[in-house]
Amino acid sequence: MKKLTLAIAALALGTSAVAAQDVVRMGTEGAYPPFNFINDDNELEGFEIDLGNEMCERAGLECEWVINDWDTIIPNLVAGNYDTIIAGMSITEARAEVISFTQNYKEPDPSRYAALVGTDPSVIESGVITTQSNTVQAGYVAESGADLIEFPTPDETIAAVRAGEADAVLADGDFLRPIVEESTDLEFIGEPMHIGGGVGMGTRQSDDELRETFDAVITEMKEDGSLNELLVRWFGEDTPLF
Amino acid sequence: MFGFCDDPSALPQWQWFACYLTSGTHLAFYWSFGVVMLLLAVVAPLALAMGMLGALALRARLAPVNLIGKGYVNLVRGVPDIVFFLFVPIALGQGIEWVLHQINCPDWDQPIRQGNDFIVCREAKMPPVGASAWARNVYGFSMAVIAFALVFGAFVANTLYGAMRAVPKAQVETAEAYGMTPGQAFRRVVLPQMWVYALPGLSNIWQILIKSTPLLFLLGIQDAVYWARELGGAKTSLYKYPHPDWRVWYFLVLLVFYLFLTWGSERIFGRLTERLSRGQATAEGERQRRRKAAP
Repeated sequence: MKKLTLAIAALALGTSAVAAQDVVRMGTEGAYPPFNFINDDNELEGFEIDLGNEMCERAGLECEWVINDWDTIIPNLVAGNYDTIIAGMSITEARAEVISFTQNYKEPDPSRYAALVGTDPSVIESGVITTQSNTVQAGYVAESGADLIEFPTPDETIAAVRAGEADAVLADGDFLRPIVEESTDLEFIGEPMHIGGGVGMGTRQSDDELRETFDAVITEMKEDGSLNELLVRWFGEDTPLF
Repeated sequence: MFGFCDDPSALPQWQWFACYLTSGTHLAFYWSFGVVMLLLAVVAPLALAMGMLGALALRARLAPVNLIGKGYVNLVRGVPDIVFFLFVPIALGQGIEWVLHQINCPDWDQPIRQGNDFIVCREAKMPPVGASAWARNVYGFSMAVIAFALVFGAFVANTLYGAMRAVPKAQVETAEAYGMTPGQAFRRVVLPQMWVYALPGLSNIWQILIKSTPLLFLLGIQDAVYWARELGGAKTSLYKYPHPDWRVWYFLVLLVFYLFLTWGSERIFGRLTERLSRGQATAEGERQRRRKAAP
């Protein structure tokens, strides 16, 4: 038994035997600018990275980031591979059955359709709409009359619209805005609409302590205006503030 | 990497590309090819060893051993690879944590499964709490290696089993007539000669193994395919090097890489076949003999 423990200790190279405070592992997707993305220097960047680091500092926690696929981000949280999800995840009832959420740190942002310039808005009801899989938007389109094509990464949904594979993409306005503004071939169609609640941080349901810690920090950051500052920096002046 | 890369937007094209292709993410992309090669280099001998064990189990006269061999080979070959790649790391990971939990925390009173959550005590976490990112990567990579070795070992086992039976029976009988024990006959006659029969099958499995390495991405390892998709996607000005959708170029690089890898290994297998056919009672061995005999 001793040997086994020893072997495991040896495996954990670079481990301090007893850390005073356990490291909180923060799971994110790293493919959803401006929420979270990997920049050209191969570092995580984005609104949620700034927010997460600030929250950990205020809570006195040592945090480290973990990148995980969107599709398996909930199962891997539940399996204990990391301790929180902070990945632009809308708070929904279906998700809340599996994991817990903190209060929202971002107001619900209207989802929008984007399509090639000149696309007839009627495709929203009867065309082919693409979304990232396992998102609130995917659930919405599945229940509308349009045909749904899902992709594992948000980036592929844009490529599908450009390639003509889908008539339009439905996604968070915050994600689409920079893409549409910088391109000459894409435009918004239809009206913005609210799907899902605000964006919050996910934790395991058995991990109330951690959730309450972050909840308190979010309240604090809402009150002193620092959260609003971050929101404006990453999403522009027009974003809804607290 | 270069001094002039600080403000890429103002650079002439060739310098822009020089900076772009040496960005942090691109260096990670290049490194990921090394990861793929490393995986191949580690998995190949392990799968061969697993296969040898499996083949020996298939040959075993002892019923339980034989049953284990048959069970392993048929189970793994009958289930889609992808299911196994998803199943093995999760099952193994949770299995290890469960065992450690039983050993290290005997007085833990909460259930391990609480609703959706899988909870073990702090001492049973694997990789351990506070492990460095590097240690976690090694752990994840090892899981991948085990999954690959298990799956490909089963195919190798069947190939080796067939190859062992392809060695002419008369030779084994002759060896035994000379007084060798079955074990000696196997080691001295069957084992050295079986490889020439195994090679076509092994080369098949090797090619499939090479082409399966993109499955690494499923196991959370950032392999070449992950990076090609990530880097090739259109980038807005939020990034230092904005560009349109360039995935086709990145995938082209992958295509060339994999083609080169399979073409190279095909040549090596060709040489091996030639070498191992020397003096064998096979068509190739016969051809070599005639060529030598001709003036």
